[in-house]
Amino acid sequence: MDDETAASENGEKAPASLAVILLVSVLVVATCGLIYELLAGTLASYLLGDSVTQFSTVIGAYLFAMGVGSWLSRHVRRDEIGTFVRVEVMIAALGGWSAAGLFMLFPLVGDFRVVLYALVLAIGVLVGLEIPLLIRILRHRFAFRELVSNVLTYDYVGALVASILFPLVMVPKLGMIRTGFVFGLANVAVAIALLVALRRKRRIGADLAAALAVMASLVAGLTTADTMQRWSEVAFYGEPVIHARSTPYQRVVITRRGSDLRLYLNGNLQFSTRDEYRYHEALVWPVLGRVAHPSQVLILGGGDGLAAREVLRDPRVRHVTLVDLDPEMTHLFRDTPQLAALNHRSLSSPRVTVHNADAFRWVRDARGSYDAVLVDFPDPTEFSLGKLYTESFYREVARLLAPQGVMTVQSTSPLVAPRSYWTVASTLEAAGLTARGYHAYVPSFGEWGFTLAAHHPLSDSVALPRGLKFLTPASERAMFDFPPDMARRPTPVNRLDNQALVRSFAEEWGKYEG
Amino acid sequence: MKGEATRRQVLAGGSLAAGAAMLGGCGENPIPGTLAGADWQRGHLLRDRKFPDPTGPIEDIGVVIAGGGVAGLAAGWRLAEARFSSFRLFELEDSTGGNARSGANAISPYPLGAHYLPVPNCEATALRYMLKQFGMIVGEENGVPVYDPYQLCADLEERLLWRGRWHEGLFPQQGLDAGTRVQRNAFDARMAQFRTATGRDGRPAFASPMALSSADPRFRELDALSFATWLDGQGFTAPTLRAYLRYCCRDDYGSEPEQVSAWAGIHYFAARRGWAAGGDGDRELTWPEGNGRLVHLMAGRIRSHIASAHSVFRVRQEGDGALVDVFDHRAQTSRRFRARTVVIAMPHFVAAPRVVPWIATGDFDPRGSYQYAPWVVANVTVSRPPEGKGVPLAWDNVSTASEALGYVVATHQSLSRDAGPTVLTWYLPLSKESPEQARKMLMTRRLAQWQAIVRDDLLAMNPDLTGAIRRIDVWRWGHAMIRPSPGFLSDPARHAAIASPPPILHAHSDMSGLSLFEEAHYRGVMAAEAALTHLDHAFESLT
Repeated sequence: MDDETAASENGEKAPASLAVILLVSVLVVATCGLIYELLAGTLASYLLGDSVTQFSTVIGAYLFAMGVGSWLSRHVRRDEIGTFVRVEVMIAALGGWSAAGLFMLFPLVGDFRVVLYALVLAIGVLVGLEIPLLIRILRHRFAFRELVSNVLTYDYVGALVASILFPLVMVPKLGMIRTGFVFGLANVAVAIALLVALRRKRRIGADLAAALAVMASLVAGLTTADTMQRWSEVAFYGEPVIHARSTPYQRVVITRRGSDLRLYLNGNLQFSTRDEYRYHEALVWPVLGRVAHPSQVLILGGGDGLAAREVLRDPRVRHVTLVDLDPEMTHLFRDTPQLAALNHRSLSSPRVTVHNADAFRWVRDARGSYDAVLVDFPDPTEFSLGKLYTESFYREVARLLAPQGVMTVQSTSPLVAPRSYWTVASTLEAAGLTARGYHAYVPSFGEWGFTLAAHHPLSDSVALPRGLKFLTPASERAMFDFPPDMARRPTPVNRLDNQALVRSFAEEWGKYEG
Repeated sequence: MKGEATRRQVLAGGSLAAGAAMLGGCGENPIPGTLAGADWQRGHLLRDRKFPDPTGPIEDIGVVIAGGGVAGLAAGWRLAEARFSSFRLFELEDSTGGNARSGANAISPYPLGAHYLPVPNCEATALRYMLKQFGMIVGEENGVPVYDPYQLCADLEERLLWRGRWHEGLFPQQGLDAGTRVQRNAFDARMAQFRTATGRDGRPAFASPMALSSADPRFRELDALSFATWLDGQGFTAPTLRAYLRYCCRDDYGSEPEQVSAWAGIHYFAARRGWAAGGDGDRELTWPEGNGRLVHLMAGRIRSHIASAHSVFRVRQEGDGALVDVFDHRAQTSRRFRARTVVIAMPHFVAAPRVVPWIATGDFDPRGSYQYAPWVVANVTVSRPPEGKGVPLAWDNVSTASEALGYVVATHQSLSRDAGPTVLTWYLPLSKESPEQARKMLMTRRLAQWQAIVRDDLLAMNPDLTGAIRRIDVWRWGHAMIRPSPGFLSDPARHAAIASPPPILHAHSDMSGLSLFEEAHYRGVMAAEAALTHLDHAFESLT
């Protein structure tokens, strides 16, 4: 006891429970410290790419800053425990908001690296202060041998806890933004616990108020994390975003991880380069393989040019008319070399004419006769898209389809949404066409459905070109077979005045996604 | 790197726009717009009868139609259909169409009043004939009419803002107590009974057009009491149900349930038995310009017969014809016509007793018990469509928390996915005030005052429209709708108008007591056919 009195330069007496709180706090602050470091590193590689460089430089900067903090601790001459509490509150505020702040600032600042490293250095300096201060506060509780052993043990155990929690629990379950807030709350909890333990020894009013304010801001952040996540869309996609753009019609986002490039429209996956060939072969060849002279081809939707690429492989095709609402989509996939390589520059082909127009208006005004029509719209997630799956729309398309022509319609998943899927067939039939459903397995989508339609009965025989990666005559025939869980069932006809498809689609996919 | 910069700019744009929306309150800059409405000066000239005597020779003509609203246009359309060409239609306003008139701006045409037509009943034969001619009925399926899907109101039809969330339909579906649900179901069941009921005369209890309804006292006695009294007596008292029924009364009649007869209140729910293939019987036909589409097509059929800015200010019987004095507001001169038949297609408050003498000869008050509900209609141009929590934007969007009836979206029938600017037509019947007070309000309030009311109401429903309102054009209807007050079915003035023999015939929805397109059309067609009979012109009846 004498030691302790002598040690506390401001005459403060640490109560017995304090030692326990302090040792627990070593574990907590060590865990938090490493979490902030991992957050910064992950975020940097996520937003800036090149994860080896980002992780190395972030960790290096962080450790260096901790060294600076340790060195600075010598200038703390009085009130070690008060300083420690204030450091905790500051770490809680900075670390807790770090992930949310970096995501939100990313689009706003000119040079993101300046912000990133400033934050890493600030947190590092503060974390560097923690252990020296704790050792000094605890130095009279334990023998030096015991003290060093205790503190460093908890410090390293905390590091292990963090390194396991972060990839296995925090990021997958909470996401980066929430993880930041949760550990910020842990930091501020340590500060508040210490203040409460010290309440009889000193005036804690101002510090407690600051700590509570930080806690409130973190709780607010945690509860609005979803909103922030949406704002900072880069956090939404599982993969690094390489292009994001809002057009008047949709949000176009392209992500890339390794060789896998993905296109998202309004957050919905449109293709993954790993398996899009399955989707596009299934979209195109059952049609072209059933038409004797597919000279004129109409593609509705498909602004990524991938369906056009598949069509252009057929030398019988003399001209492709592609109608896509969004000029920015077709320009993007025509003019960006990396993306034009995916569609083999189909959108620049002299055999392709692109019309940027609303498909419904375009088909209502269009004249002419097409031997093959590929209808490849996004899923009917909203009323404006649902109109493109109605009887009225198919009547207009049927008018443009040559007597011997064949069309196909992307028709969502017959496994997840069988009622929606078969609604497309019922609707095509109501428009006076014969319809046949078929389906293909596309790993990034799952079991996916299409519907063939024509003015005449659709034959089984199909002529496929060589060199396809997915379709053979046998596998093509198998696509028309539906096991009971996807089998045809009675459905309403989708019409402008009932939008039956949008309703069943929302219900079936809502159930599936929970 | 190009990609990087783009990504930043877009995300930044999004966040900045969100921030600006939060910061930017309602500026005090005046909102562009106009304040317009029925021409009161011309109307009041009629009231004060300050017209010069006719000059020039008297012109002989077969039929004069006085008034170019729906009834007058329908009468003219019917005459033209029968290949009868010796007629003129005079309209006081600069354009025909009455309550169904419409406006337009660079973004869309929009209604100024009536904006839809329910799929007509089987008994509305003349109307159906016309819809077929106008390409609205495109075929038949087993003898049942098939309507053009592009002209039927597209889904989503209606949504209701209820407890902070938009719900589909106009009646709240969630959070109702058991008592309300029981009453709601009982009300629906009661209306279903009325819908299929027939009187002892073999006619449907409630028909559309209403003239074809049963005269059975069992149903006619519902005319003696107010809708509110009837609802109380039946135990339909749940506040949520009553709020919904009040909405319906104000929507169709511009009136409170206390002000309309039980017969009229029930008619709204029980008379609609739309006859269409493919389950479209309960649908509506609608267009960006509302019923402006219908009156425009009718007027187009008889364009050369129409003289606008002309007031028929005196009609006197002479032999088996009539002398009709007409004032030309542009030339400021009057002329006299000797017509073999006159169709008075003016609202009753204009026609009686100033223009048409017969009414003064009865032993009843010629003005009858006619009352008219005033309305305000505002067309709000917005730079982006409204949104909101819950179901997406519908054609008709209503808030339970507002005295206004909500708004319809002019571009709803558009097939395009363009989420660009649109026009919202906002409706407010001034049903709480007495008609006189309300008309005074209409006369004295300035544009900016109406605009503030419209803007505040709209932003309360759709805070997301903050900063999106580009202009508000306000239209005042001093006498928008006849009010079907208790007793209107037995009003002698109404019966006198219906029974009036040639050469002076009457045609107006006032005679039905229900200000509905179907009613005006029926009255117009009936008068035209009576005129053709009187003139010995061969025709095949459409009714």
